[in-house]
Amino acid sequence: MLDIKRIPIPALIGIVLTALFVLAAIFAPWIAPHGNGEIVGDVWEPMSATHWLGTDNLGRDLLSRMIYGARITLFIAVLATALSFSLGAILGFSAAVFGGWFDTLLSRLVDLLMSIPTLIMALVVLSVLPTNLVTLILVMGVLDSTRVYRLSRAVAVDINVMDYVEAAKLRGENEAWIIFREILPNALSPLVSELGLRFIYAVLFLSTLSFLGLGVQPPDADWGGMVKENKDGIVFGIAAALIPAAAIAALAISVNLVADWVLNRTTSLKGGRG
Amino acid sequence: MSSPIVKLVAQRVALGIVLLLAVSVLIFAGTQILPGDVAQAILGQSATPESLANLREQLGLNQPAYVRYFQWLGGVLTGDLGTAMSSGQDIATSIKGRLWNTLFLAFWAAIVAVPLAIILGLIAVRYRNGWVDKLISGLALASTSFPEFFIGYVLVYFFAVKWQIFPGISTVYDGMPFGERMQAIALPATALTLVVLAHMMRMTRAAILNVMQSAYVETAELKGLSAFNVIRKHAFPNAIAPIINVVMLNLAYLIVGVVVVEVIFVYPGMGQYLVDHVTKRDVPVVQAVGLIFAAVYISLNIIADIAAIIANPRLRHPK
Amino acid sequence: MADSKAKSGILLDIRNLRIEATVFPPGEAPKNIVLVHDVSLTLEKGKVLGLIGESGAGKSTIGLSSMGYGRGGVRITGGEVILNGRDILKGGKEGFRKLRGREVCYVAQSAAAAFNPAHRLMDQVVEATLLHGTATRAEAEKRAVALFKKLSLPNPETIGERFPHQVSGGQLQRVMTAMALCSEPDLIVFDEPTTALDVTTQIDVLAAIKDAIRDTHVAALYITHDLAVVAQVSDEIMVLRHGRLVEWGGTRQIIKEPRQEYTNALVSVHEIEHQEQKPGTTPFLSVKNVTAAYGRSHIKVLKNVSVDIYPGQTLAVVGESGSGKSTLARAITGLLPPEEGTVTFDGRPLANKLADRPKEDLRQLQMIYQMADVAMNPRQTVGTIIGRPLEFYFGIRGRERDRRVADLLDKIEMGKGFIDRYPAELSGGQKQRVCIARSLAAKPKLIICDEVTSALDPLVAHGILELLLELQKEESVAYLFITHDLATVKSIADSIAVMYRGEVVRYGAKSKVLTPPFDAYTDLLLSSVPEMEIGWLEKAIKGRRMASAGN
Repeated sequence: MLDIKRIPIPALIGIVLTALFVLAAIFAPWIAPHGNGEIVGDVWEPMSATHWLGTDNLGRDLLSRMIYGARITLFIAVLATALSFSLGAILGFSAAVFGGWFDTLLSRLVDLLMSIPTLIMALVVLSVLPTNLVTLILVMGVLDSTRVYRLSRAVAVDINVMDYVEAAKLRGENEAWIIFREILPNALSPLVSELGLRFIYAVLFLSTLSFLGLGVQPPDADWGGMVKENKDGIVFGIAAALIPAAAIAALAISVNLVADWVLNRTTSLKGGRG
Repeated sequence: MSSPIVKLVAQRVALGIVLLLAVSVLIFAGTQILPGDVAQAILGQSATPESLANLREQLGLNQPAYVRYFQWLGGVLTGDLGTAMSSGQDIATSIKGRLWNTLFLAFWAAIVAVPLAIILGLIAVRYRNGWVDKLISGLALASTSFPEFFIGYVLVYFFAVKWQIFPGISTVYDGMPFGERMQAIALPATALTLVVLAHMMRMTRAAILNVMQSAYVETAELKGLSAFNVIRKHAFPNAIAPIINVVMLNLAYLIVGVVVVEVIFVYPGMGQYLVDHVTKRDVPVVQAVGLIFAAVYISLNIIADIAAIIANPRLRHPK
Repeated sequence: MADSKAKSGILLDIRNLRIEATVFPPGEAPKNIVLVHDVSLTLEKGKVLGLIGESGAGKSTIGLSSMGYGRGGVRITGGEVILNGRDILKGGKEGFRKLRGREVCYVAQSAAAAFNPAHRLMDQVVEATLLHGTATRAEAEKRAVALFKKLSLPNPETIGERFPHQVSGGQLQRVMTAMALCSEPDLIVFDEPTTALDVTTQIDVLAAIKDAIRDTHVAALYITHDLAVVAQVSDEIMVLRHGRLVEWGGTRQIIKEPRQEYTNALVSVHEIEHQEQKPGTTPFLSVKNVTAAYGRSHIKVLKNVSVDIYPGQTLAVVGESGSGKSTLARAITGLLPPEEGTVTFDGRPLANKLADRPKEDLRQLQMIYQMADVAMNPRQTVGTIIGRPLEFYFGIRGRERDRRVADLLDKIEMGKGFIDRYPAELSGGQKQRVCIARSLAAKPKLIICDEVTSALDPLVAHGILELLLELQKEESVAYLFITHDLATVKSIADSIAVMYRGEVVRYGAKSKVLTPPFDAYTDLLLSSVPEMEIGWLEKAIKGRRMASAGN
């Protein structure tokens, strides 16, 4: 199937790093040297043999916090992406195939939602909603599904006018065959790479919200929240806040590398095997 | 200007106004009709029923939603944005100075970012597939993956703390001399520039490449025009519209970036004001500021569309 | 032959030209491929050499090499290109720039894309002249207007004021020719200049180009895939295949006494023996007074169209773009329900809308498309593509289905080894064959063929037509054959309907339709189809009674 030697090096780096983050998240309680809320030393201790990344603003082990933070970050981002993706893709495909008022109504609604910057809309909504994980995932998922909707509708509309779809309609095939056998297999590759991009966006969006104090609430902290906790140290020359920030960047870059590769690989085939 | 353009532009502007009205409904609905009672949210779980009822009365929450919406909209249209619940201050007055601050910051970020992005985009096209191009697209990939606060704090860490060139906290006040003000916004403006630069550059590159690959550029080359003249006379006139489009879309993106950057640098602008009041659950402020952000965003998008309409020779010179 | 000519009269002398390109196959290391293998040619001043071949023959690549230009990573890696006595490959970038637009000019296939949409035509026409400083602006514009006149463009004084999108395709092609002639070059490279045009427009452009070449004494390389077209304008013809020279000779020799088998195949490509069948007594499909329009528009794309199709016979529907011939197919299949009129099938009316038709009716009407690439789902194997109608209409599955698919693959002269292939792994001709097999699998009474050969190279198209005729004999299936190509019609039709602006202007048995007296449009159409005969063009222009639509 897939020959590891033929994967380009950037993609390989991306895959390895992503896998590392995921493993850290899954096995957090076993990997982390200390508990999530455990105070183990002084405030903002520098990096040392006992505390590889030093300690945070309350004297907790930063490495352990990072590992647990990976868990929360990935958990919320994955769920939000799953929600935005299933919602957006199902509605987008349906709009393309059924057309008519259903398509018009949904598309106008999405236009409206997208005419406000996502962050601003999220802030407006979060100003009245209770701050908890469910709200966070719902808000992120629903707001982001507009982009997935646009893409999947556009892809499906393009495919829907292809001669092979017309041939299937002339044959007398029903809507289910047309969506699942004719359109879906051909829409998969752009959607898969979009999945990667949506996930990155979810990570960045969650981090931003948490950084602004509107995401994950203490004592739990995702990486964005950890930046917020430690940001006051920066002016004293303490780089603790930069570590979770860099982790977010590293995660986003590695997923980006993988998504880029998937997109290149599938588009260069122009159909056929793969 | 010929009639189809005027018609299209008018249509686009009308659509924008309709969109703005719809957005105002959405923002209002988003804060008023969603579960979660504003009064409850302000007073907290321990509030007594009497105080809740009082506050509801005071906020006009007992009236139907559409009445409140039209009252609010009427106020907004006449420049009355209401009063902040948390401080009791007039929102319009508090916003004025902050709006100016935000625009000042965004303006200087744009002044640097736009020409830089276009020049770098052109360089990437000129040396396509060379190392410069690869470096640029690599940086673009990286910077779309960087959260704004990462860029912001790295700047603070080095320029404010380690080297102490610029202040890490951007305090500005009324009557501040221009030079000092510029120094205060140096870091946030740089952060904002970096946030939008890569994306804008990548899109500019794509827009120019798209034009460079068209048949009329080949025609120009086959007439013996120099590479520079091919770009100046044949590629550029057709690339203007897509580039303006790219610039506008990124400026729209910039006003989102401004929210986070202002928080990082504790800069007294609209973004920080918004975030503060979201935390305080001060709904009237959130509505007003949200609407202003949305209005700027929508206007930039309309300008992008209009630029594309005007730059299209098919519309400028109809059959 | 080059040696026999006086050296002094030679304008262009290409010696052992070798052109390579790097390709990047997905998942593999980039590799070099040779596009042109050591081709040599000479061209005298004021003469026209036709370069002919199928796609991939390297003809455009050779043409552009005379300007030192390679498209998208194409490199000249060997040989000499001697123009006006010097090897231009040694001149470097500066040298190329000096000769492009001055000594050699280029006319592209699609003038609509080759003109810059942002500038007025006149500015573009005189640009090269001004750039190379061979005339002042006033002189250049005067020259351009004279050329517009010569190329019989309407309003020659003012057409230069216009923007490209304000001018029709046929006119743009002539403006582009004027642009090439304006700087008075020694050589013009015409790269399929009439291929994108309708047949009745093509003849005017062709005549205009020919006159202009004659009167200005410019030499030309005329690149095309259509031998009949090149025979009208060339003094000599060079036949190319897969980047190699096949045959080079005088025009008369090439078309009358080809020495190579491949040339012979190209010359005789349109000659298919087909005995016309007399219409039977009862048609099985009748289109009666059908009128149709797209959307809610008031412009009728079909106006009161009536035609009949008899079992096992071919009705060819001929017309230019916009004549409504494809719309007729959509009305019959139910994709575009007619506003008025009926389609009767086996004596009963067919439901107007696709959704209202029973499966059995759908099975009886199958369709083959122009672009086989997009008519097959790229994610399905040939086996699935051909097997689906068997499953869907007859419930045949599993091994029996595979056996039937293999039979069908045999019928279309492809082995059963293709059963697991994906469309992307097939050649253009093979793709169209698979589409034919898919429609045959339904055992239909009628197959609608919508321009099925027009995207294919002539020899491949020839094979497809022969296959279709063969299958008609075996399966006694009827065809509704939609095409703009009259040569194809002559080869396979039993009856013909000529369409013009949504109406059938002439209809009947093939022999009757193709026998005079003609109506004005049919006359124009018939007289516009290039024939492989020297001097045809002049004769055709002289004999015309009606101006072409694209003018």
